[in-house]
Amino acid sequence: LTPVAETVPAPPHAHGDGHGHGAGPGQAGAHGNGRPLSLVHQFEDLYQQKSAAVLGMWAFLGTEVMFFGGLIATYIVYRFTSPDVWGAASHYGLNVTLGTINTVVLLTSSLAMALAVHAGATGERLRQVRFLELTLGLGLLFMAIKAYEYREEYLENLIPGPGFSTHALHLPEEPAPAAESAAHRRESATTLRTASILSVTPVQFVHQRAQLFFVFYFFMTGLHLLHMIIGVGLVSWVLLLARRGRFTAEYHIPLEIVGLYWHFIDIVWVFLYPLLYLVAIHK
Amino acid sequence: MSTTATTSAQPDPHADPHMGVREYFTIYFALLGLMLLTVLAALFDLGAANFLVAMTIAMVKTVLIVLFFMHVRYSDTLTKVFSAGAFAWLLMMIIGFLNDYFTRGMVAEK
Repeated sequence: LTPVAETVPAPPHAHGDGHGHGAGPGQAGAHGNGRPLSLVHQFEDLYQQKSAAVLGMWAFLGTEVMFFGGLIATYIVYRFTSPDVWGAASHYGLNVTLGTINTVVLLTSSLAMALAVHAGATGERLRQVRFLELTLGLGLLFMAIKAYEYREEYLENLIPGPGFSTHALHLPEEPAPAAESAAHRRESATTLRTASILSVTPVQFVHQRAQLFFVFYFFMTGLHLLHMIIGVGLVSWVLLLARRGRFTAEYHIPLEIVGLYWHFIDIVWVFLYPLLYLVAIHK
Repeated sequence: MSTTATTSAQPDPHADPHMGVREYFTIYFALLGLMLLTVLAALFDLGAANFLVAMTIAMVKTVLIVLFFMHVRYSDTLTKVFSAGAFAWLLMMIIGFLNDYFTRGMVAEK
């Protein structure tokens, strides 16, 4: 590392000759040959360095999209195979008020993160710290609300497994009577047909499908929660760096990359919220 | 070409002057409005259309977050291709997947 004290203010038009490998990222100032210290040696300039980091993060987020997307695709198949069971499970099993509050909490944390990254781009240290603290606080609030919801579902025996009970879901004991409507007739017919293929009684089939809804619910929100835990860790890390004044208008790549990750978590929730909570609130 | 000149000549993907505090709040309120719209739409029984409406609104929200909060609108072309590609491949996967299930009579709403 070149000690910062020894650096000579670079003439604005001196070009880095490729030898200047600067110092570790995050340090302001300029190397003797005109390369900014925050520029690592494999890049031509700061713009290229930033673009490469952003592109790399998007490549990773692309794999994350497919990861959550696979779950959502399977969810769609089962939801449309048993729409009524799915509706009842969502309507009676989940707390839509808390889910909506959590959506607002996460959207607001995304705004706070966007403002923190903006403060990074303008180099305002205090605003970076304040907005990152807000992001962190809202992230923790989201997790606390989610934990409370999980507790509610645990108390209603809605955790899939041997202790699972459909008692709280008000499920019909038999498939819907054929007279009700064409849609009900279709679902009854499908239920009976699928139940006979699987060699279970219609009641068992409905019970299994209700349990399957909660398998999806806990997997989807659990995976999202895992990302939240990682996100909270990453936000804490950039908050620490921001407090030390490591982010300048010239160099704030970690802040931006963590911002991209945090917004991605928000996008996942944008899909999970209507998929899980808003299945049948009209009933 | 000098380092300084290169940096200032190209658009900076994350310090675009078009995005200020006011713009971030505009996007935020748009997102909250769309969330409200999703809840309102879910209050009406539209059958399978409920799902399509909810997913369409979620996609609009995603586009807003990706373009403005994640600055893809002001990023270079390769980043735009990567971000659009991720969702395009997902859409292809889901369409192909559902094609199979919906044409085999395994889904009630056929």
